[in-house]
Formats: sequence, structure tokens, C-alpha cells
Amino acid sequence: MIALRKPLATAALMACGLSTLMATAAPANYPPVTDARLSNPEPANWLQYRGNYAGWGYSALDKITNNNVGKLQLAWAYTTGQVDGHQAPPIVNNGYMYVTTPGAQVIALDAATGAELWRYKKELPAELMQLHPTNRGVALYGDKVYVATVDCNLVALDAKTGKVIWTKPVSDWKAIHYMTLAPLAAKGKIMVGSSGGETGVRGFVAAFDAETGAEAWRTYTVPAPNEPGGDTWPGDSYKNGGGSIWITGTYDPASNLAYWGTGNPSPWPTEGRKGDNLYTTSTIALDVDTGKIRGHHQYTPNDAWDWDEVSAPVLIDTEVKGRKMKAAVHAGRNGYLWMLERKDDKIDFVDAISYVNNNVFTAVDKTTGRPTYDESKRPGMGKGNVSFCPSLWGGKDWPPEAWNPNTGLFYVPANNNLCAEMPEPEPSKYKKGDLYIGYSIGAVLGSLRYQGGNDAKAPKTIGELQAWDLKTGKLAWVQKFPTFMWAPLLTTGGNLIFAGGTNDRMFRAFDASNGKILWEAPTPSGVTGVPTTFEVNGEQYVAVQSGWGVDAQRMGSGIDSLMGKTTPVPQGGTVMVYKLSK
Amino acid sequence: MTTSETPHATCGCSHTSPADAQRRRVIRIAALGLAAPLGLATWPAQASVVGARLVEEDAEGKPMPLRPSDLRVGKPVVVFPFDAKTEAMRDETRLNKIVLIRLPEADMTPETRALSAGGVLAYSAICTHQGCDVKTWMDKEKALVCYCHSSKFALLDRGNVISGPASRPLPAIPLTLDGDHLVIAGAFTATPGASLA
Repeated sequence: MIALRKPLATAALMACGLSTLMATAAPANYPPVTDARLSNPEPANWLQYRGNYAGWGYSALDKITNNNVGKLQLAWAYTTGQVDGHQAPPIVNNGYMYVTTPGAQVIALDAATGAELWRYKKELPAELMQLHPTNRGVALYGDKVYVATVDCNLVALDAKTGKVIWTKPVSDWKAIHYMTLAPLAAKGKIMVGSSGGETGVRGFVAAFDAETGAEAWRTYTVPAPNEPGGDTWPGDSYKNGGGSIWITGTYDPASNLAYWGTGNPSPWPTEGRKGDNLYTTSTIALDVDTGKIRGHHQYTPNDAWDWDEVSAPVLIDTEVKGRKMKAAVHAGRNGYLWMLERKDDKIDFVDAISYVNNNVFTAVDKTTGRPTYDESKRPGMGKGNVSFCPSLWGGKDWPPEAWNPNTGLFYVPANNNLCAEMPEPEPSKYKKGDLYIGYSIGAVLGSLRYQGGNDAKAPKTIGELQAWDLKTGKLAWVQKFPTFMWAPLLTTGGNLIFAGGTNDRMFRAFDASNGKILWEAPTPSGVTGVPTTFEVNGEQYVAVQSGWGVDAQRMGSGIDSLMGKTTPVPQGGTVMVYKLSK
Repeated sequence: MTTSETPHATCGCSHTSPADAQRRRVIRIAALGLAAPLGLATWPAQASVVGARLVEEDAEGKPMPLRPSDLRVGKPVVVFPFDAKTEAMRDETRLNKIVLIRLPEADMTPETRALSAGGVLAYSAICTHQGCDVKTWMDKEKALVCYCHSSKFALLDRGNVISGPASRPLPAIPLTLDGDHLVIAGAFTATPGASLA
């Protein structure tokens, strides 16, 4: 039964979005989400994008284990009524679950039953163009829920009722600036950034006051000529230089630094932007109080391969190469596993290991981590068709890795054996509201190639769930799949990894020690959602959204086209929640 | 980009429509059930659209209304309606974007041919999936394809969806000729734009 608001209140809500309230009894108590809880999250809840500020994707919950996971069964499911990429983690606070859908809808559910508590629908402009129709979740802070919308607004909602508290424009949707990330909440601020690496955005991270929505600071990822790094851009090219932000940053409360991954430089061809193009394809460390850039590491200077490095590094205090350090670890789209060291005023390079085939780098400097390129592998004017590995989607795109402190292993959802072939670029000129890429559609969507050819010699596997021992720098184990893998990871104290990502609709549990598949179940669509786990009334649940779309779908279409086949993956979002059978 | 070249043999581009050709075409299209009334707030009032000419969205200098002979076969051009009297380009909303493409009339279904003029077809340039510009013609597949998510539309068959996530056809807009110039003859066959939830 819908409990309708009073007409005036409803009219007021219609102006900036709509929430519907359900009469279903809500979980009794909504404990405020504090800095202390976010810094030291209790295992029973999943309060933020990756479970903790460090980005581990880990829960200490251990009632579901590698010994009993075979008894996992569906507890409840809930269809969102939306299509396209359902990538948001189900985020849980004391029985309240929040998921987002493409179009930046927020749905609050009873985590134990799936009963809808309320739903927020952002009223989107009819003219809106969605290049990446997805949303990657909410942030919880205090008594509010925050969502970053595809029309580039930041919205604060009352966590218990869904009432809109405030809506703040972040950037210009008419320029195709859009947000798909879960906001990062820390120290009274809500931090977001804009996508638009293919539409000529000048990337930024912006912080807003959690209570009022007032903008506290905005830091561009592409510096102006008079700023440090500004000399890495010729002329006015920085103004539409890319460096987009489309994945939640990680955060170290001790240093008060938030670590963000940045996207590709724009446009893709390099002819008009000679130089390193700081701080694109980088990790940057921002002071949360001021937004000041306190350190950076650039993975692929003067990128020509669309190797965004948008996943924030995972913050792990561990031993690397025989030395204990505050590490920042990142499986790069460029196919290297990067191990960096966090310091108060800089980020130091430690090591880089190739985890999928990369034939562009001829060397990586042992001191700085700067790669040297085989320039024959750089697409460009007058060069004809150019082949390179890994593909435009890289060894790992946005799906997050996971770190399990019990196994000491760092898990990577990789795509190996895929390369690309790109023709010469097309002349590109920035035009507000249009794509700014520099290649034709046929070039991008038809770029995928199997390493070694798409005939009998083609590799038989693409997707790889890899486990790396950071102490030794060695691959501990790998589980390979015949299809590609677009799989955000969850690992638990039950010695498990949960992941979907393949185009056969499966959601799986793996033994975290050896990669063995212990359980799998088909879902209504394909799974590219971020899995989570939580407890209600002492019972452990595992949750994930099924809902195929966006770049997993693009990669699938490319491989199907390459192999002359069609692999249907049905559309439609469903929240899937599992528990052990009695 | 447009270039002048010899019209395609099957397009009949040199034909000059009689004065009442536009009215007859509208009636014929309505009889086919293709011109549903729209009443869109964002789409210019129909009275001001019918009869509008078409100019390139990126035209530099004075807008030049397009003729079939300005279009190369199989090369789409994105245009906006243009009021010749007031010389106003109707670009106040991107939902007004139209993709023009010249294709062999013999390849069109009869219903689609009825919408064409001089071998030129006009469709909304806004994908019905998520609103991206759709303006790339893949001749091998006879499909207009959306860059964003690869929805493919059969322009030779009323804009029907061939494949991809779009669930409804690309709206067409009927054309006629006024002298050598292309002119809008009626409303979109469906609401242009994405199907937002």
C-alpha cells in the first residue's frame, strides 16, 4: 500500500525528484553513520561502496564458509523494473538496505525480507544522453543517504523516509558531464567527481558539506597552465583534457588523504596533446579538508589506448618486496599490477608486475615506475592500422579487486588474451554536448582481437580470477574462464570470494585459498554488480544485483562480432539476496 | 559533411513537386497510419515544423537549406529544422536533431518510401534507448547504429530495431520537396528521445 504525501508536499518533491513511501514496517532503528563507524566498520553492516575506506571489498563475517557455501540458497529477490547496468552494491545499515539503479533511482529495502521501504526517482531531463547508463551506489552519512546522479546532481535523502533534503548541481549535464559513482563520505564532506572522458570533460573531484550541500572545494584533475603539471598540456588542450572520475575514492583517515583514480586524456588520439597530460590515468591523493593534491602517480603518461585508471588503489598496510609499508595497490587497465607506497606528501613507486599481456610497454623504470613504449604500438595519424595489447577495456576495467587479510592474497578480476586493432584517428574538435573521442564507432566497437588470432590458434580463455601474493609478487593461483569476466569481487572471513561477471548469468563462490568454484547459481540477467555481505538478527546474507549492460555488454558484442556468434544476455535488474538453507 | 554530386539514378531528385504535393504527401502518410499527433512540449508546434527546411547542425555562416543533391548516398547528415521565413534554426532542444540519409528508393519498404523525398529519409537523431546521438550508417548491415550502446535501426524499414538495447523504433519524420529543397511534411511518427523511466 502506498502512503501518499499531502498534495503540496508531493508537488514540492516533483520539482526535484520523487520518493514514494511504503507502509511496510521499517527496521526499527537507523543508527547514524559516523566517521568512527566508517573508519572501523562493524562486520554485520556494509556501510560503503567497498565495505571499508581502504577499498578491500572484505567482510570478516564467517558464518558462510568454504565448507558450507554449497548450501547457499535464495532468501529473497526484488526486481528493480529498470534495464541496463545494475552495478551498485547493496549497502546495509542495521537492516536498511539501499541499492541504486541506472537513472540514479534509489531503492530502500528491508534487508531481511526485501520489502520496499521507499524509492527515489530523479526526474531526468528529456534531452539527457546517457553514455554509461548505470549507477554504482549510495553513500551513507549521519542520517542521510547520498546519490550522485546521471544528470550531474548530488542529492541528499532522509535515510528512513527517502525525503529529499537537498539537491545540488555538480556540473553541466548539457555538456554530457554525468556521474555514476557512489559518493565518498568523510569528515563532514560528500565527495564526487564527473565522468565524461569521451565528451571532453575537465575532470574534477568536488566536496560538498554533508549537512547543507554547500560546495567546500573543487580540484581539477587536469591542471591549468599556471598550476603544477600545467606544462604537460599544450595550449588550451587542458580545458577538455579528460581525467574523469567515475569510481569512488579510497580514504586513509590517519593521513586524511583520499585516493582517486583518474580516466583517460581526451580526445584519445595524442597528436593535439603532446606531453604527459597530468593527472590523467593516474592515482591522485587529495587532502580531504582542502582538496589540495598531495601526491600522484601516473600509470600511462600521454595515454593513447583509453587506459583509464579509474579504480582507486586499495590501501593495504603489508609487506611488499621484503619491506613493511603503507601500500596502495592497483590492477591497472594497462595490464600491470602496481604497488605504490603512501606517504604524507607523495606517492612512491615500489613495483609493477604484468598480470595480463601488454605489448606496448618495453620497460618500466625501477625507480619511478615510468613505462617506456614501443611507439609502433601507439595508434596515430599516418600509421594505418595499429595493434596493441591489452584491449581498450584493458586487463581490468572498473570492477574492483579485493584484499583478504586472512589469506594475504590480492584478488584481480582480469581479462587476458584480448588485444585491439585501431585505424587512424579522425580529426576531432570539441563541441559541447557531443562525443569527443577521435575515432569512429566502427573503429571502437570493432577493435577487439584475440591474441594470436580468432581461429583455432585463439586462446581458449579470457576471463581470469587471479590471486596475488603481495609479499612475494607471485601469482598464487588463477581460475580461468572461456568467456570474458566483468566481475566486482567480494571476499570474506569465511575463506570465500563471490563474483559474477561472465555472460552466462552465473553468480559464483570461490575458495579464497585456491580458487576452486564451490557454488554457482544462475540469475535473471548477467551480474556486474558489486557483491556485499551483512547480517540481520545474527544471520549472514550475501547480496548482489543482477543486471547486464554498459561496457560488459559492449565487450560481449565485440567478441560475438569477432567470433561470428550471438550470446543473448537478458536485460533487467534484480536484487538477489542469499543465505544458507536450514 | 555534404558535397554536391550527380543525383542517384533512382532518387528522382531533379523532380520538382507541384504546389500541392506537400499536402498530398501528408494525407498519404496519415492514411498509412504513420503520422501520429504528438503534442510534445519540447518539439516545436507542428504548424511551425511542417514546411520547415533542413540545415546542417554544424553549418558555418548562413544556414543553407539542403537539397537531395547535397547528400551523398549512404552518408548521414545531422540537421535541424529551419524556418525559412524567420531564418531561425530550431535548435533550442537536441530532441529536434534529425538525421538525413540518402538511400536507394528501390531498397526501401513501401511504407518507408512514402516518408522519403528525393531518395532522402529523415529520422530522429536521438536514440530511443538512452538518448545518444545516432548518426553512423553501416552500409553492410543496412543499419544506423548508436555509438553508445550499439542499438541498430533499419532505416529502410521505418526505423525498426534490428538489434541492441533499444526497444522502440527510431521515429521517422516525413519529407517532401519544395522545388529542389527538402521540406518537413509532417510530425514525427513517435515521440523522439529516450524512454526514461
